[in-house]
Formats: sequence, C-alpha cells, structure tokens
Amino acid sequence: MKRKVYLGVDVGSVSTNFVLMNEADEIVEKLYLRTLGQPIKVIQEGLKLLTNLGEWEVLGVGVTGSGRQLAGSLLRADVIKNEITAHSVAACHEVPDVQTVLEIGGQDSKIIILRNQVVADFAMNTVCAAGTGSFLDQQAARLNINIEDFGKIALTSTNPVRIAGRCTVFAESDMIHKQQLGVSLPDILAGLCEAMVRNYLNNVAKGKEILPPVVFQGGVAANKAMKVAFEQALGLETSVPRHFDVMGALGVSILAREQVTKKGKTTFSGFEIIDNKITTQTFECHDCPNHCEIVRISDQESLIACWGSRCGKFEKVANIAI
Amino acid sequence: MKVTVPHMGNLYIAIEALIYEMGHDPIIPPPCSKKTLDLGTKYSPESVCLPMKLNIGNFLEAVELGAEVIIMAGGNGPCRLGYYAPVQMAILEELGQSVEMIVLEPPKGNLRHLISQLSRLFAKKGFRSFIKGCQIAWEKLKAVEELERAAFWVRPREKRKGEVGRQLHLALNNLRTAALLKDIKRVKNEQIAEILSLAELNIEPLKIGIVGEIYTVLEPFVNLKLEERLGNLGVEVERTIWLEDWVKKHLFLASLNLYNGSDLVKKTEGYLRGFVGGHGLESVAVTIMFAEKNIDGVIHILPFTCMPEIVAQSVLPNVSRDYDLPVMSLVVDEHTGEAGFQTRLEAFVDLLERKQREKTNEKKSVSWC
Repeated sequence: MKRKVYLGVDVGSVSTNFVLMNEADEIVEKLYLRTLGQPIKVIQEGLKLLTNLGEWEVLGVGVTGSGRQLAGSLLRADVIKNEITAHSVAACHEVPDVQTVLEIGGQDSKIIILRNQVVADFAMNTVCAAGTGSFLDQQAARLNINIEDFGKIALTSTNPVRIAGRCTVFAESDMIHKQQLGVSLPDILAGLCEAMVRNYLNNVAKGKEILPPVVFQGGVAANKAMKVAFEQALGLETSVPRHFDVMGALGVSILAREQVTKKGKTTFSGFEIIDNKITTQTFECHDCPNHCEIVRISDQESLIACWGSRCGKFEKVANIAI
Repeated sequence: MKVTVPHMGNLYIAIEALIYEMGHDPIIPPPCSKKTLDLGTKYSPESVCLPMKLNIGNFLEAVELGAEVIIMAGGNGPCRLGYYAPVQMAILEELGQSVEMIVLEPPKGNLRHLISQLSRLFAKKGFRSFIKGCQIAWEKLKAVEELERAAFWVRPREKRKGEVGRQLHLALNNLRTAALLKDIKRVKNEQIAEILSLAELNIEPLKIGIVGEIYTVLEPFVNLKLEERLGNLGVEVERTIWLEDWVKKHLFLASLNLYNGSDLVKKTEGYLRGFVGGHGLESVAVTIMFAEKNIDGVIHILPFTCMPEIVAQSVLPNVSRDYDLPVMSLVVDEHTGEAGFQTRLEAFVDLLERKQREKTNEKKSVSWC
C-alpha cells in the first residue's frame, strides 16, 4: 500500500535535502545529498532514491532554499518559502518554546529570534561568507581530514589556539601560520571553531537578544566542536535537534501540509519527472544594456519556467502558489 | 548646449523639461544598467559609495551621446556627496573627456551661489525661461510622484500581476512628452485614474515604510526594484523621501530660514543628538513617526559604507525595540545578490504577517502560509 506523505525539499548551495513526513508531522524518510552545482539532477536523483525506499502517495510538496524557484517549478510545489520561515517552522516543531535559532549552512548563516513561536527578528550574513559551511569544508580538505571527523578531532584539543576569524582569507593565512609554528591539529581546528563562533556572534547576531532555549541547526551543527564553542561563547546550553541537517526541508513540508489542508489538493508533478529530460537553456538578452542572462527550463520540450530578466518580460514561473 | 544629468529614479523627467525650457538640448543618459555600473566601477575609486559609481557611468554614457555640460548635485555636511563633483571632474578629465560641470549645492540660507551657478544655464534664454522651466519641471515632478504614490497603493491590490508596472511605465512616458502645463495636468489625472482602476478595493495589505539614503531609495536599479518587489509580495509601500517635499523644505523654506530640521532633531531625542549627514537623522526620525502611525514594519536601505546611514543603522535596533516595530536594514552595492535580497524581503514580510495575525488574536490556529 502507498504511504501518505508530505514532501519537503530544501535546495541549498551545498546540499539538497529531502524529507518525507507523515500526516502526524513525523519524519518517515530523510535524505541529505550534495548539490554539486547541479540542482536539477540532484532533485531527480533524490526523488529516485525516495521511490527506492518505498511507495508514496504525496499529499503535498513544499520547497525552500536558494534553489526554491527552480525546485518549485520542477515539482509544481504547493508552497515555495524562504529559508528563514522554513527554518523557524521546523525549529518550533522540534523545540516548541525555542527563542533563538542559530543556523549555519553552506553559503549563509542566519540567526532567528522567536518569541511565542513568532519570528520577532532575524539576520543573515551580509557581505561575507566567512564562517559558513563551505569554509570548513575547504579547510578540512586542505588539512586532508574528513569533514565528518572535524568536530571529533577538534574536541580532543586541550588548548585551542586563537585564529583571526574576521575574513576567510585571513583566517586561512593565520591557520597556516599557526600550523607552521608547530601547533597541533586539534588545537588549530578547535581555534577555528571558536573564531567562527566569534565571527558569527559579532556579525550575524550583532545586537540580538539571545535567550534560551537556543537551537543550533543547519549542516554545520553536525560539528560537535561548533556546538561546544557556541555554548562557551554564549554561556547557554545549546541543543542540536535530531534532524538538524534537514530542518529547512522539514519546515517546508509542514507548510505544505498546512497549505494543502487549506486549498484541498496538491499540484505535485509526480515522480514521473525522475526520468523526464529536463533541459536548461541560457542566453543573454541584448534588448537593453543590462544584458540579463535568461534561463529557460523545459520538461520534455515544454517550457516550465523562465527567469533572469530584470524587466520581467521573459518571466514565466509555473502556476504555483507562493 | 547639450546638457545632461545623472539618474536618480524618475527625476530626469522634471530636469529634462527644465533644460529644454531654458533653450538647451537635454541629453538623458540611458537608464542605469549593468553597463552603467560596469563603466562606473571601472573608473571610480573602489571604496567609494555606490551612487558615485553610477553617476560616473551615467556621465560616460551621456558624453557618448554628445553631452557637453553636466548638472550635478553637491552637498555639504559629513556625507561624501560633497566630494562627488570635484572627484568626478578629475576622473572625467583624466579620461580625456572635455565636459563642463555645473554643481548645484543646497543654498543653506544663501541663494546667491546657487543662482550664479544657474546663470550659466539661463545665459541663453534669460531668467524668464528659467522661471517657466522651473514651473513645468515642478509640475512634472509632482505628477511623477503622484503617479508613483498611486502605483504603491495599487500594486498590492492589483487584479492581475504586473499591470501596474506596465501602466506606470506608459504614464511616465506620456508625462515625459507632455509639454504644456495643461497637458501635464491632463496626463496626470488620466493616468492616475487608469492606475487606480487596476485595484481590487477590498484588500487590506500590510504596510511597510521605506527609509534610508535618498539615492538608494529612489533609484530602482540600485535598490533592485525594492518597491516593486514588496508590492508583488502584497505589501503597500510607504516611501518617505519625496523630492517634492525635499525641494520645498530644503530649497524654498530653508533658503528663507523657515526650515532647519529641528522637528526631526526633536523626534530623535534620546537616540541622536542632531544632524549626522545625508538622511541619517531623517531615517531615525521617520522610523519613529512610522511607529506612531499604522505601519507594520520598516525597511532601511543604504549603500555599502554610507556613513550617515551607518549611524542610523546602529541606532535603529533601539528604536525597533522601544517601539516594538520590526526594522530591517538592507545594504546594497555592486556585489548585492538578488537571491539573498529577495529571501530577506520574503522572510520580513512573513514575519510581519505573523505578527499582524497574532495581534488579531488568531493565536490558536497558528498557520504560516
């Protein structure tokens, strides 16, 4: 028998996450895949993996993340929501009385302040991606360690070294400097975590009132040393929810359930798109000096979405509720 | 003379008429585009604020079209605008462009300098033509802003998405070609009626006030069409910077010593101790005024490194907390990504919607959609 589920998809810069949630808002299946710069492919692949895990009747679909428009057109989603809202919904679901959400993803980091389950304030990193997952990834690769082991190794440190965390370029040169002085690997990694936390609190969380319970989520929350660094810096206990890595997808599947309950029926395009030939075409429009790059996305020859123009003349987004 | 001005939103419509009435050829640079920005960033100091880069781009594109004289705004006080004109002249000279620049500075109670600068313009057709030109330009300026105001009101209520934008574009084009005072009034009235007819009347949208640095607020290329984006998200925009208002206060009343901004200083008591340059003081004062009005949230927009607005930005969180009014600051420059910008706007609108619903006691059935 087909199981009834809601599908949540979070297409981020680094990872694309899938969540299947049952009608009781419990996660049935989750996937954490690397986007690898090919969101369409990874969406098809994810759906395929999900069909391998069981038979599903999808009651509703929600998408979020920086690739939400693309995913929304492809899946004909019922809800397309920004990451802030999606993450807040999920955090409230996991920790109902949460007042602060710290989220660090691949390319961005955010802080969300909630009061009485309502977003009261939020901030995202602005001009610099220092202190996000990609940087940790890079450094792990440079030091030839698995990103999964990063936290474990860092936690063995007895004396974290101080690393300049204002900017990734400076942080890297400072790390190399410390490494050439002979500082041990765990001390450098732990120092890097502390620098990232410092940077986050100074830039992203600047001026925000951080009250408990504090929830730390996003891909970087897998790094235990980051959690410890946050707790030390804040002097507050910080909890990492069970599904910390797929919170965006979880949030948006909850939203999809709410939306479908309201409107009655899902617009989901179905699992058939797994084998469809999805093609994208890019061209530069020369009608004005803006030279916008227009992207056209077709599903088996029929145009499903088109965007990229500043003037809006090419815009076609599949008929979906936003 | 072939005279040009840099772009700032739709201001060119009024200035074009003024230049024309004074017997000169107005050369309006093409609307700000990626090319303008590329040219500007290439020839401007890297760390200068964004408006100057676009100005340089505008000038170079206008010179290409044959412009000989540039009319540029000047400024006094701690904002870098005061340095724009001389630095821009030096850049243009270095590039071997032979253009003149007429710099108009706020009179600060003394009209003489302003008039001497302007006299180069009315050398051709005399002072009378200047008065007439001002009259026409003034009417056009008012008409443009009334049209924009109507569009802000209708956009969140529009029956079919995108119609307001198209109608406004058409209206502004018609206004641009209207030559006589009576034509301007007719176009204005007709077009406002057209725009208003696109609205669905029984919608009560959220209201967001926009404060910040004047150029960023007014130039849609720089603020990534902030007002249109918000409108499309179902928000009624309340802009606080209107040129009509600015000209009245800063050119007329200030030169007669009837306006000195003391009302704003009073409003910001406890937050700022006076003028901080540019529109910094206004941003804070107006946010407080919004808090006292029926406004759901405020967006504060500024170009990267804008000193006066950085002062405002650091004060606004306190205003936000004291008045329980959500305020979001957005910083833009040539590196601003559209995706992140849109995400912030959507999240902010979600926040306001939830807050409003909470106020209207729907607390039990919490829904996020």
